[in-house]
Amino acid sequence: MAEEALKVSDLKGEFRKKVRELLPKGNLDLCLTCGTCSGGCPATGLEGMDPRKFVRMVMLGLDEEVTTTPWVWMCSMCQRCIYACPMSVDIPQMVGLARQAWPRETRPKGILGSCDMALRHDTCSAMGTSEEDFEFVVEDVLAEVREEQPGWENLEAPINKKGAMYFLNQNSREPVTEPEEMVPLWKILHLVGADWTYGTKGWAAENYCMFLQDWEAWEHIVRVKAKAVDDLECKYWLNTE
Amino acid sequence: MFAVRAGLQKFNIEHNFEIESIIRLYARWIREDKLKVNSDWNKDLQVKFTVQDPCQLVRKSFGDPVAEDLRYVVKKVVGEENFVDMHPNRSNNYCCGGGGGYLQSGYTEARHQYGKVKLNQILATKADYCIAPCHNCHSQIHDLSEHFEADYHTVHLWTLIALSLGILAENEREYLGDDLKEVNMPGY
Ligand code: SF4
Ligand code: SF4
Repeated sequence: MAEEALKVSDLKGEFRKKVRELLPKGNLDLCLTCGTCSGGCPATGLEGMDPRKFVRMVMLGLDEEVTTTPWVWMCSMCQRCIYACPMSVDIPQMVGLARQAWPRETRPKGILGSCDMALRHDTCSAMGTSEEDFEFVVEDVLAEVREEQPGWENLEAPINKKGAMYFLNQNSREPVTEPEEMVPLWKILHLVGADWTYGTKGWAAENYCMFLQDWEAWEHIVRVKAKAVDDLECKYWLNTE
Repeated sequence: MFAVRAGLQKFNIEHNFEIESIIRLYARWIREDKLKVNSDWNKDLQVKFTVQDPCQLVRKSFGDPVAEDLRYVVKKVVGEENFVDMHPNRSNNYCCGGGGGYLQSGYTEARHQYGKVKLNQILATKADYCIAPCHNCHSQIHDLSEHFEADYHTVHLWTLIALSLGILAENEREYLGDDLKEVNMPGY
C-alpha cells in the first residue's frame, strides 16, 4: 500500500488530533488495516468509501476528505465494525466526530428538522407533538377501544401517574400517524397487571439530536427525559423495543 | 434507547431510574405464566417468521442475552418450528440501515443499497414475515420490501403477541398479510 510509505507522525491533521483526544487509549493507532470492518459493513462501497479506508484517511490526516464526505451520513453507526474488529477501533465515534465537523445548517435537513422539532416541546417529540396533543390522542384512542371492543371496558392508559413502576416511552410515529398501534401494547400491559404510566413530558422515544451530533441538543433532550421519569418517581424507563 | 443510555453516561446526568426493555419483560412475563401466549393458531397454518435483532437493543445495549429473550418470546408465539433465524445474528447481526438517522437523512438511494444486505438475509430465510421489534428497523425493513418488491411482511412484536392471545382487533392488523387478517380474532 502506497500510503504506508508516508510517515504518519509528520502529518498535521487537526481532525486526527481531535480523534486522539476524544477516543480512549490510542484507539486509532491500533488499526492493523486488516479490513475485517469493511468486510462486514453494509456501507462498504457507498461513495467509494468503507470503514477501513475511513480510518486510514483519519490516520493520514486527510481532514478535508474526512470531514466533507457524505459517507458519514451513510454509515448507520451500528457498531458492527467495532464488534468485529480485533482491536476494537471505534469507527462510529470517528464518524460521529466527522458529522460534527459539518456546519450545523449543512447537515441533512431531515435529521436537522427532527432534532429542532424535538427541542420545541418537553415531550421531546421529533414530530413536534405537544403535551396536550399527546394526551388528547391517548385518551381518544382509549375511549374508542373501551366503547367498541367488548371486554376492554376497563383498559387503561395512565398518564402522569406518580410512583408507577414503569415509565413507558413511545415513538412519535404511533400517536401521530397510527395511534391504533398503541393498543395491543396497552392490552398486554393490562393482562399482566403492569404498573405503568406515560408522561406528558419526555414520552417520545426518538432522539435525532444524537444522530445530528448536536451534543448540546442531545444533552438537553436526555436531561428533559430523565427529569420527567424522576419527577414521576418511576423505577424503570421502559422502552417499547 | 441507546441515545438516552449513552447520553446519561456521556453527559454525567444523575438519575434514579433504570433502563428497561419491554422485550425482556415479555420474556419474563411468559416465563412467569402471566402472559399466556401459545402458538396453536399457527399449528396448521405453518406461517414462517424471522426476527431482526435491533442494533440499538442487542449489540449496542443488552447484548446476546436480550437476543435470547427475543427468540424465546418469538418461538412461544409463532411455534418453534415456524421460526427461522437469519445469519449472522444476535450481536453479530447486520444493521438494516434504518438507524443513525438514515431514514431522515435524504440519502434514500444509499439507504436502499445499504439495506440490500438485510434484504438478502431475510429472503434467504424464506420467511413470510420479518418481526421488527424496533421502530426504525420496522420502517426500513418495510420500505425495503416495497422498494425491492419482496413479498415478506414486516410486523411489530406486540401485534403477534396480541394475535396469539386472541386479543388483536380488526383495526390493529394493518401490518398483517391476508393470511393472518382473520386468524384468532377476538370472540365477540
Ligand atoms: S477491523 Fe479494526 S484493525 Fe481491522 S482494518 Fe478495521 S479498524 Fe483496522
Ligand atoms: S458503524 Fe458504520 S462503519 Fe461500522 S459497520 Fe456500521 S455502518 Fe459500517
